[in-house]
Amino acid sequence: MPEQQRPEQKVVEPEYLLLEAPRERKFITGSQAFAEAVKRANVDVAIAYPITPQSETMHLVGDLYAQGYVKDYYRAEEEYGAMSAIAGAVRGGARAFSATSGPGLLRGLEAIVSWPGHRIPAVLGVMTRVVNAPLSIQPDNIEIAYLLHSGLIVLHAENQQDVFDFTLAGFAISEKVDVYLPVVVATEGFFVTHAKGYVDLPPDDLKLPPRDPYKAPVPPTDCEIPPARIQRDAPVQKSNFMSYLIHAVWQQEVWSSNRRAAKWIKHYLGGLIEVVNPDAEVFIVASGCAAAQGREAQRYATMEGLNVGLVKVKSLRPFPEKELREVLKNAKAVIVPEHNIVGWLAKEVKAVIPNSGIVVDGPRVYGGMTLPVELIMDEIYKAFGIKKERKTVV
Amino acid sequence: MGLEYVKISPGFEKYMPRDYVDLVKFGPFGKTYDVMELGQYKELVEDHPMCAGCYMAYFIRVFYAALPNPEDTIVLGTAGCARLALSQAAVPFVYGNYGDTNAVASGLKRALSIRFPDKHKDVVVVAGDGGLIDIGFGMTMHSWFRKEKFTTIMVDNEVYGNTGGQESGMSPKGVQLKMAPLGKKFDKINAVELAKIAGCVYVAKLAPTNPKRIARTVRRAILAARHFGPTFIHAYTSCNIEYSIPTRDVLADARNREKKDFKFYEWMTDEVKEFLEEVERKEKEVKR
Repeated sequence: MPEQQRPEQKVVEPEYLLLEAPRERKFITGSQAFAEAVKRANVDVAIAYPITPQSETMHLVGDLYAQGYVKDYYRAEEEYGAMSAIAGAVRGGARAFSATSGPGLLRGLEAIVSWPGHRIPAVLGVMTRVVNAPLSIQPDNIEIAYLLHSGLIVLHAENQQDVFDFTLAGFAISEKVDVYLPVVVATEGFFVTHAKGYVDLPPDDLKLPPRDPYKAPVPPTDCEIPPARIQRDAPVQKSNFMSYLIHAVWQQEVWSSNRRAAKWIKHYLGGLIEVVNPDAEVFIVASGCAAAQGREAQRYATMEGLNVGLVKVKSLRPFPEKELREVLKNAKAVIVPEHNIVGWLAKEVKAVIPNSGIVVDGPRVYGGMTLPVELIMDEIYKAFGIKKERKTVV
Repeated sequence: MGLEYVKISPGFEKYMPRDYVDLVKFGPFGKTYDVMELGQYKELVEDHPMCAGCYMAYFIRVFYAALPNPEDTIVLGTAGCARLALSQAAVPFVYGNYGDTNAVASGLKRALSIRFPDKHKDVVVVAGDGGLIDIGFGMTMHSWFRKEKFTTIMVDNEVYGNTGGQESGMSPKGVQLKMAPLGKKFDKINAVELAKIAGCVYVAKLAPTNPKRIARTVRRAILAARHFGPTFIHAYTSCNIEYSIPTRDVLADARNREKKDFKFYEWMTDEVKEFLEEVERKEKEVKR
């Protein structure tokens, strides 16, 4: 599409678009929230592959391509191909977006977890879904555990508003020179993607500045600037010593970059965590949809006169180690509700506080079922030593 | 810009590595050398760690000599023998993950087309039989179905050479290799016909017996890909180690195969034919 036929959008700085621009409230699905972010993100290339519950997001991004908001878009052969092509597009200097779910994420994983090492600043939407057998399309989020050890920045959205803000901020954060890593915006499939929520949106005639691939620690592969070096030696064919040394220092830098993203997450999204009632005796620590249920439990508990707080973990990588240690230093118990069987968040929390014995393993639901607030309340009562008779209806 | 990035800023010549200065002064950037002038200028690839007598190494040397626009070319490869030499060349090289070349090249070429609509940025995949026809098969085929505008060159040594000699889809039927302890049970895959059916606009098959013809084929494939769509070259590049071909006999082996299943073959669409005839006619005029 010729440039003059593209919709008119004024380029503004991410600070203005995310933090200052006036916002209008809309009632939209999580999939729509992803697309609204992409619409304002000046995306060059989006690559799609169908999988439930993600597909709707990339349908909507396809519409943005048809309207001229996104410059190139196609339906790939499968996720490994899609995620590899994203790497190619980003190496070529483009800004790129894709999204996937559960089995699709795992199929694309070899490519995705190599993005940090290849220094590929892209944004990937992950709409969680059961992996492993027996098959289900429901929003179990165990797949997020697979993403935590690769150098990716991983944000976990609680609701439609988070989806919009995290995705738009994701583009800005991923391309910062001192970060330059891919950003995953994860959220629960269906609960968020297919349900509507209120989202405050800045005007859609504004967009982020285009990607400047030369403002980068690793140059693009476009034959336009002196390469860092014309590659004459691949590390893998040097001695083992050189090979592991090069890998080691490179991965150290990837993880340092990951930690440096923290200041930008604070800048654009107000912090790695959100705390409700910081002086609480008992805390709920949760991310994604579990944080929404935790928020309700915290409200119920307050109404019942119990001193309960909530820590919502917005950023899983970088993980808010110091922040959690500080908030939880006087906690009597820490309840970690999760939408998966392994309890990856509980393990993370235990690993960063000195008194991991206060962490309650659960409640957990899996297979993608909903997480009733009552389950969290049961743990709160236990933490306070309150005995409750449970009424059995059936 | 292309050439600009190759040049050395005034005053910096004495600080640049000798090898780099030689490449700029005596290399092929911005010049046109005939492949028969190999050895008389600074080549894009010189040192490489491939086996003595490796015919793939020879093919890659000729491939780099044939690039129509080396200062604006990006080569992609994957795991396997070829990348050992490709990564040593003075041309940007992308080494991604296993078998991902044609997907990465799709994204890369599209990004470059968006950013540089008025320039030719040649994207060329050089990968083996395993990378393109086994592990990367779906991505290879779909890049062709989608009519992606880049060249794919399969350096076919009929074996997984780099991992120690396992059967590949391109190994001939009956050959006993690792992971085929009783001999390969199915035919060599007909990559050329697949390429034609899948939508390549220029397809060639060759045994590297004639350097001028290799160079012409590579050049045609790259020029056609700029304008018309995917192009494919299937090159026989024997593995003298796994197939126990004495080093002095690799050329004889290539000639032998050329008589059998690697007879030179070239197919192109009518519009590509017309285009290449025009390009080559103009080149002849310039030479006169």
